[in-house]
Amino acid sequence: MSDLAAAVPARMSRQSPTTESRFTRGVLIGVAIFFLGLFLLFPLLVVFVEALRGGIGAYFAALKEPDTVSAIRLTLLVAAIAVPANLLFGLAASWAIAKYEFRGKALLITLIDLPFSVSPVISGLIYVILFGAQGYFGAWLQSYGIQIVFAVPGIVLATIFVTFPFVARELIPLMQEQGTQDEEAAISLGAGGFQTFWRVTLPNVKWGLMYGVLLCNARAMGEFGAVSVVSGHIRGQTNTMPLHIEILYNDYQWAAAFAVASLLALLALVTLIIKTILEWRFGEELASAGRQGDIR
Amino acid sequence: MNAVAAIVGRRPSVIPGFGITLGFALTYLSLIVLIPIAALILRTSSLTWEQFWAIATNERVVAALRVSFGASLIAAIINAFFGLIVAWVLVRYRFPGRRVLDAIVDLPFALPTAVAGIALTAIFAPTGWVGQFLDPLGIKVAYSVTGIVIALTFIGLPFVVRTLQPVIEEIDREVEEAAATLGANRRQAIARVILPTLLPPLLTGFVLALARAIGEYGSVIFIAGNLPYVTEIAPLLIVIRLEEFDYVGASAIASIMLAISFLMFLAINLIQAWARRRFGHV
Repeated sequence: MSDLAAAVPARMSRQSPTTESRFTRGVLIGVAIFFLGLFLLFPLLVVFVEALRGGIGAYFAALKEPDTVSAIRLTLLVAAIAVPANLLFGLAASWAIAKYEFRGKALLITLIDLPFSVSPVISGLIYVILFGAQGYFGAWLQSYGIQIVFAVPGIVLATIFVTFPFVARELIPLMQEQGTQDEEAAISLGAGGFQTFWRVTLPNVKWGLMYGVLLCNARAMGEFGAVSVVSGHIRGQTNTMPLHIEILYNDYQWAAAFAVASLLALLALVTLIIKTILEWRFGEELASAGRQGDIR
Repeated sequence: MNAVAAIVGRRPSVIPGFGITLGFALTYLSLIVLIPIAALILRTSSLTWEQFWAIATNERVVAALRVSFGASLIAAIINAFFGLIVAWVLVRYRFPGRRVLDAIVDLPFALPTAVAGIALTAIFAPTGWVGQFLDPLGIKVAYSVTGIVIALTFIGLPFVVRTLQPVIEEIDREVEEAAATLGANRRQAIARVILPTLLPPLLTGFVLALARAIGEYGSVIFIAGNLPYVTEIAPLLIVIRLEEFDYVGASAIASIMLAISFLMFLAINLIQAWARRRFGHV
């Protein structure tokens, strides 16, 4: 810890009245590093070490298992549906909210955030209640031979629910900040509505959009609770990567479980890196609440 | 298009697309979020008040809610304490690796909960990386309430830090200088000037972490041991009720949890309204 204190450059030779003593700073930095190291870096390290414990050959063999491959494929499929769907919603909602004045806007913004305050388990439960065998539409769906819950459509729906607010909550404050002048100018110069959106609005919000999509995608690929409730856990069919990790883990196939987990951990790292780059380089062009963009 | 505009009393604008964008957004919101949540509440309201009360006061349900709430509360307190230090250090001090630490704070948002769950279990299980040293000392972390607290601390970690950081950045150094020129030592300046300013965001972050922890499922179930009455959390009990095809029982517990979330949401708004009145910022 004394090394850490030494690493802090002394800004003034005399103790400044608006900062702590060198000793206190060293202790606080040490506590922060210890806390973040123990709770964040250590688990991350453990994932990769456990995954590679059996050697690189065993690692890739675990990833080539047919059930693992189909779990990866399903996760990609679900994200490929859920993310664009929420992107479309985010664009529509933020356009309506930011470019016009109307009654009930505050309520609408609150409702968009609602999925973040709902437990993941409840996010799955609501679709079971609607579409499950004993659900409100269960018998009706069954008579047409349509299965939603315990099948891929249910997984997609639950994923859309838990990732619902990401794009919208990034775009709304951003587009509100930018106002309507650019669009009004484009329209008055004869541009059409879609042309205005494509040429004026979209370039203004592109980094914010990317930021929202990035976080939306990370959550879509990693969601566990909501998807677990609606999945039915059929190996090779309705198992996404996080669910497959649970099955392997409960089967005592630890190395394989950590191998799949390491892929998701890599995804998380790449997400964090791109997110940090976006914040550093385009911080101004992200929502003013950019730092807190993903809170809740 | 004019119909939608008329209903919500839109002010006129030259920008086209109001009807279609708001119409689409409302339809999508209703189909994905509002109708399913309404179905949950409808399912619960099919119970008589006595039936609902019987489920809510069922011994196992009460035990699960107590475990969820208690562990979440402890985790949120840990996060409030360490989160304050981390946020302060990241904003005020310069040291090598600061930016990496700052970026890594968001890891719990990016790392899937199942991955966090098995990693923390591998660390704290009796044969695990750290657990093997704690086990001979009689300290049981995984498969106990302590394990639940650890998982919930992990997933709630960013909330306090990220709510505090922008507020610490905005603290006017001149206020601290004024305190110093008026004869306050550093400890007094922190206790009487800085901490009161940080109280509202600290409380907000605390409630956010608490709310997130109460609903958390994925990271907890691996490390908890899931023993009924002891280490069974409320979201897990919902899953168990569902697996027993007891939809109504599951809905009732879910409705209780939704009510708790709503109270937390209310609390955050009250804190922010109070902060705006008292400090002029959130």
